[in-house]
Amino acid sequence: MTTYIIRRLLYAVPIVLGVMMITFILFRVVGGDPAVEIAGKTATAEMIADIRHELGRDKPLFINTVAYKHQGVTSLFDSQLFHHLVQSLTLDFGKSLRDRRPIMQIIKDGAGASLSLTVPMFIISLLVSLSISLLVAYLRGTKFDRILVVLCVLGMSMPYLSYIKFGQYFIGYQLNLFPVFGYEPGLAAIRYLALPILIGVLSGLGSEVRMYRTIILDEVNADYVRTARSKGVNTARILFKHVLKNAMIPIITRVVLAVPFLFLGSLLLERFFGIPGLGYLTIEAINSRDYPVINAMTFIGALLYVLGVIVTDICYALVDPRVELR
Amino acid sequence: MTQLTTATIDERVSAEAPSRSVWADAWRRLRKNKLAMVCLVIVSAYVVVALLVALRLLAVNWDQTVGNAYEPPSWSNPFGTDIFGRSVWRKTLYGAKISLTVATLASVISVLIGLPLGAIAGFFGKWVDEIIVWLYSTLQSIPYILLILAFAFVLRDKILFKGTTYEVSLSGMTAVYLAIGLTSWVGLCRLIRGEVIKHKQHDYVIAARSFGAGNFYIIFRHILPNVFHLVIIDFSLRFVSFIHAEAILSFLGLGAKDVPSWGVMIDDARLELGRGVWWQMAAATAAILFISLALNIFGDALRDAIDPKLKRAV
Repeated sequence: MTTYIIRRLLYAVPIVLGVMMITFILFRVVGGDPAVEIAGKTATAEMIADIRHELGRDKPLFINTVAYKHQGVTSLFDSQLFHHLVQSLTLDFGKSLRDRRPIMQIIKDGAGASLSLTVPMFIISLLVSLSISLLVAYLRGTKFDRILVVLCVLGMSMPYLSYIKFGQYFIGYQLNLFPVFGYEPGLAAIRYLALPILIGVLSGLGSEVRMYRTIILDEVNADYVRTARSKGVNTARILFKHVLKNAMIPIITRVVLAVPFLFLGSLLLERFFGIPGLGYLTIEAINSRDYPVINAMTFIGALLYVLGVIVTDICYALVDPRVELR
Repeated sequence: MTQLTTATIDERVSAEAPSRSVWADAWRRLRKNKLAMVCLVIVSAYVVVALLVALRLLAVNWDQTVGNAYEPPSWSNPFGTDIFGRSVWRKTLYGAKISLTVATLASVISVLIGLPLGAIAGFFGKWVDEIIVWLYSTLQSIPYILLILAFAFVLRDKILFKGTTYEVSLSGMTAVYLAIGLTSWVGLCRLIRGEVIKHKQHDYVIAARSFGAGNFYIIFRHILPNVFHLVIIDFSLRFVSFIHAEAILSFLGLGAKDVPSWGVMIDDARLELGRGVWWQMAAATAAILFISLALNIFGDALRDAIDPKLKRAV
């Protein structure tokens, strides 16, 4: 098992290197020079050069051959590429261009608010959609099943933005059940989080139920179900004891892979409801062209995903004895 | 017992069941599905509207004032007017052009990348496969929404090949479909790779090889036609997500500017709902809802029609 885990970690190395290359190409090579925009319209050439120097943008992109001539071999690596790699590996992304705070500090501050929104949303939506799809699997082929499938497709087709807008307007504003905007840390947050959580759960329900229904129905038609039925096991027991256990593999995959994204928050929900999490932060960064923040968010997001995949594989190995530890 | 010569059997077979291509067969099954045909008509209607707008035959004067600000829906302005007294109906029609253009171009880009890469990876295996798998695993590990935002963010307002005759300005819409296309080929690539790995062991590939057919000839002439139905199915279902992505990117200000995309309309409507002005929001929502619904249902029906083996358990 230990060797298996180590091998899985080693597989992740080229992926993480690849992500670093992509963020490098996106934000350093293609993304161009943010100095002009930060300095503003009244900036002198000197100010722009200063900012460029502070960001390390005045260095060569790949290999510093100029410094090499004067300062020896180590300065060969005094280039944007190697600074980018060091930044990514040490998770020290420098300061935000907008408010000059260290980026890792901003991310740590925002993670709490994001998690308080996404974790309950994720758990509720998982429980609700799993229960509905088990019910649908139980009633498969009936009129109820068909109506529910239609509702799922309808729910999937509704634009996400409209869920948020109409939900905010009708439930928050017209019915006046919850505050429409704002956030307070601690327990008081529940008041503000209830509506975005409700909207988030509702908007995802269609596709979730449809997917879990397919997963469960795939199992329902398997041979072991027929065997259990012919032994005289009752339907409820077959569904909960036999089918759910076997459907666990695709469900675990979904769940574990979704967990890393919980940290990143929800871009649109946070923005609409004024929740100061990482999604809000990302949108702010896009609006103010804050390259380093978007770079940091992209890289950390990818890193969490890679970890999620490794954890999934280890979970497989633990849950399913058929998985070989090669 | 009547005697049948081989010739008469052949005649009878060909007379009773003329040989049909896979596509004709799929179309025959699809035509029986009334709901799918209704959806096809809806999708076609959207395409016709988009084409008419593109040919400047429809909604040309969408930016003209037709009444006062925020007039509710009436006979002359079926969807009411916006803050500048422009017809929301015309803006919605115009949005069809933007949405469908972006989704089509993004699909073309993602098929052009995903299909050959997947086929080559699956067919050649070894290090070619490893490089391509590494490439898409890397892209896949970046959360999709962040990846697409990062691409759109970096590409917007860029000018490619500046100073040369090939100068291309990546303003607004161009950045959006490039960003969506460049980030969404992974799913198709994996699908095709898996299928090609299966197909390359089939007898017909071995037969083609024994005739002396080259690798690329086998891939593009023999294998790809056999997996192409997957591209069509993937296309029809992915198209929906592209339409939604366009709306969100435009809403975030990364997409279309100065033209009425559905995402921009929803953004405009942000402060209108509180004043009881619901029509712009409702029009954009309905526009996205109907085409997504039609494409979702049609895509599922298409999958069942093209490949009945895939038909999901019911």
